[in-house]
Amino acid sequence: MKGYNFAYLDEQTKRMIRRGLLKAVAIPGHQVPFGSREMPLPYGWGTGGIQVTASILGSDDVLKVIDQGADDTTNAVSIRRFFARTAGVATTTATAEATVIQTRHRIPEKQLREDQIIVYQVPQPEPLFRLESSRVETKRMHGLSDYGLMHVKLYEDISRFGQISISYDYPVMVNERYLMSPSPIPAFDNPKMDMMPALQLFGAGREKRIYAIPPWTRVKSLDFDDHPFRTINASHPCGLCGATDSYLDEVVVDNHGGRLFVCSDTDHCAERRAAGHVGADGFREAAE
Amino acid sequence: MAYVAVKGGEQAIDNAHAWLARERRGDTAHPVLSVGQIEEQLGRSVDRVMAEGSLYDRELAALAIKQAQGDLIEAAFLLRAYRTTLPRFAHSNPVETATMRIERRVSAVFKDLPGGQILGPTYDYTHRLLDFGLMADEENCCDPGPASPATMEAMPRVPDILGNEGLLESDARIEQEPGDLTREPLTFPADRDVRLQALARGDEGFILGLGYSTQRGYGGSHPFAGEIRMGEVSVEIEPAELGFAIDIGDLVLTECQMVNQFKGSKTVPPQFTRGYGLIFGFGERKAMSMALVDRAMRAGELGEDVTAPAQNVEFVLYHSDNIEATGFVEHLKLPHYVDFQSELQNVRRMRESVE
Repeated sequence: MKGYNFAYLDEQTKRMIRRGLLKAVAIPGHQVPFGSREMPLPYGWGTGGIQVTASILGSDDVLKVIDQGADDTTNAVSIRRFFARTAGVATTTATAEATVIQTRHRIPEKQLREDQIIVYQVPQPEPLFRLESSRVETKRMHGLSDYGLMHVKLYEDISRFGQISISYDYPVMVNERYLMSPSPIPAFDNPKMDMMPALQLFGAGREKRIYAIPPWTRVKSLDFDDHPFRTINASHPCGLCGATDSYLDEVVVDNHGGRLFVCSDTDHCAERRAAGHVGADGFREAAE
Repeated sequence: MAYVAVKGGEQAIDNAHAWLARERRGDTAHPVLSVGQIEEQLGRSVDRVMAEGSLYDRELAALAIKQAQGDLIEAAFLLRAYRTTLPRFAHSNPVETATMRIERRVSAVFKDLPGGQILGPTYDYTHRLLDFGLMADEENCCDPGPASPATMEAMPRVPDILGNEGLLESDARIEQEPGDLTREPLTFPADRDVRLQALARGDEGFILGLGYSTQRGYGGSHPFAGEIRMGEVSVEIEPAELGFAIDIGDLVLTECQMVNQFKGSKTVPPQFTRGYGLIFGFGERKAMSMALVDRAMRAGELGEDVTAPAQNVEFVLYHSDNIEATGFVEHLKLPHYVDFQSELQNVRRMRESVE
């Protein structure tokens, strides 16, 4: 774009961010402070992810951007357009075709490969922030690997509700050392992070932190021996493609309590339907 | 019935932008507002946008105000996003407010003082009565008198007057390069240079509220407005290859020096301490609030109890930036279907286990 560098940020800034990324990869799960820049999109709308993506993007990359698993949600459209405009890179909605995937709140259903990078937008990188508001304190706790506070929180959940009541942004232990926020993905997606072949990068613009999980790294969702980690999902198949193993959105379809459960990952759903899979509501839609 | 998918994001965004453009222009029966008019006639808005946008450029600030339909936080955001792409050529020498070309200078602690009290273009003693005369498009309210008296005697800063007697703490001499929040992330403990930068960029309303809270018992520090001055200062840079300073332009600044009571400690005799405020443009409310909050955040350093929000450096610095705040508050309108869905299933599961 005229008047701006490739992918908006100047090269010095990108280099600064890449140095941060290298450190983050070297210390999996550790939050690295970085000189986050003001972006032309608002804080809280993916500025961290955008800065990370801008720093790693090359002209031959193929970019996919999703929000809530979907390529066509408004903010995903806006970010994809931003890079199409400032970097002129090719974009795609197909998970398999992308070399870089920027995401908010989901991990694609399709298993990612070693030659792909997934960039998460992170609103709050500090997994302990609800339990301790001072970052000076939480930094000390990470340094000492002192995560008793979080274990007590999980224990209190079990004693009050009989189960752990966290359903998204479920804390994980990375490489058996750092407690990490997986970003607000549903707990359903947590197991995908474990031993993922792709590089996982996390950018928190407003909080000015970067962190990473290198490929093939252990990522364990916190739990207890007698209360193992469980994922949550609707107990339905996808209404459109019939998938039983994907994360589902619940759509209110009428004023009489009617519900439709559909894949949150739109590319996954479209691909399955193209291959001939049809769910119960897909038949009905076709009939009308 | 058909599946009401959330498709069409692309088209929706284009339509929204077109609607916004029409909305911004308003009824075309009225003439277009020029950037020059905003710059000249909405000067206090321009000042605020420059201060919170951290960029001293009246014309660009006026453009941002026009583009944002007068939404000043949105305008500051536009300015910040532009500023971040600018190369940095040089660092200026510290500006010297003692030699400011004064347009306004008042002290609440001395009735008269060298240089005198200069009210300047203030709203202070106006009666807040709507002036229906301004409703007319053509104004002939004001004859173009002398803007400001051109020559004035030197005006020492009030703290310098007090300082001569040793009654006021002296400024700490810091030789190191000041921090810069726009390049380096905030870390703690945050030194006063960084705290002042955060306050100078911070939201006027937030800083005002915090400053006000210190006056109502939440971290009080018995402040007096030692001096408030507003006027033009010269900005000088000293290129290494030249070896002497050159004047590159002027800034209008507002400076506030609060003088606060201090009972002394084991090592320091009783004396007055200071809180400092300095911002772009004419922004007295903000400069005064900044000085109050600056002093409040020095509680720890001065051995006072840290109990109130305004004294909590982490709390103040992490929440004063309105571009960060508005982004994160407003991000709640982005879709959260996935998280809400997991919460729905979670609550359903928890209810099942109870029943």
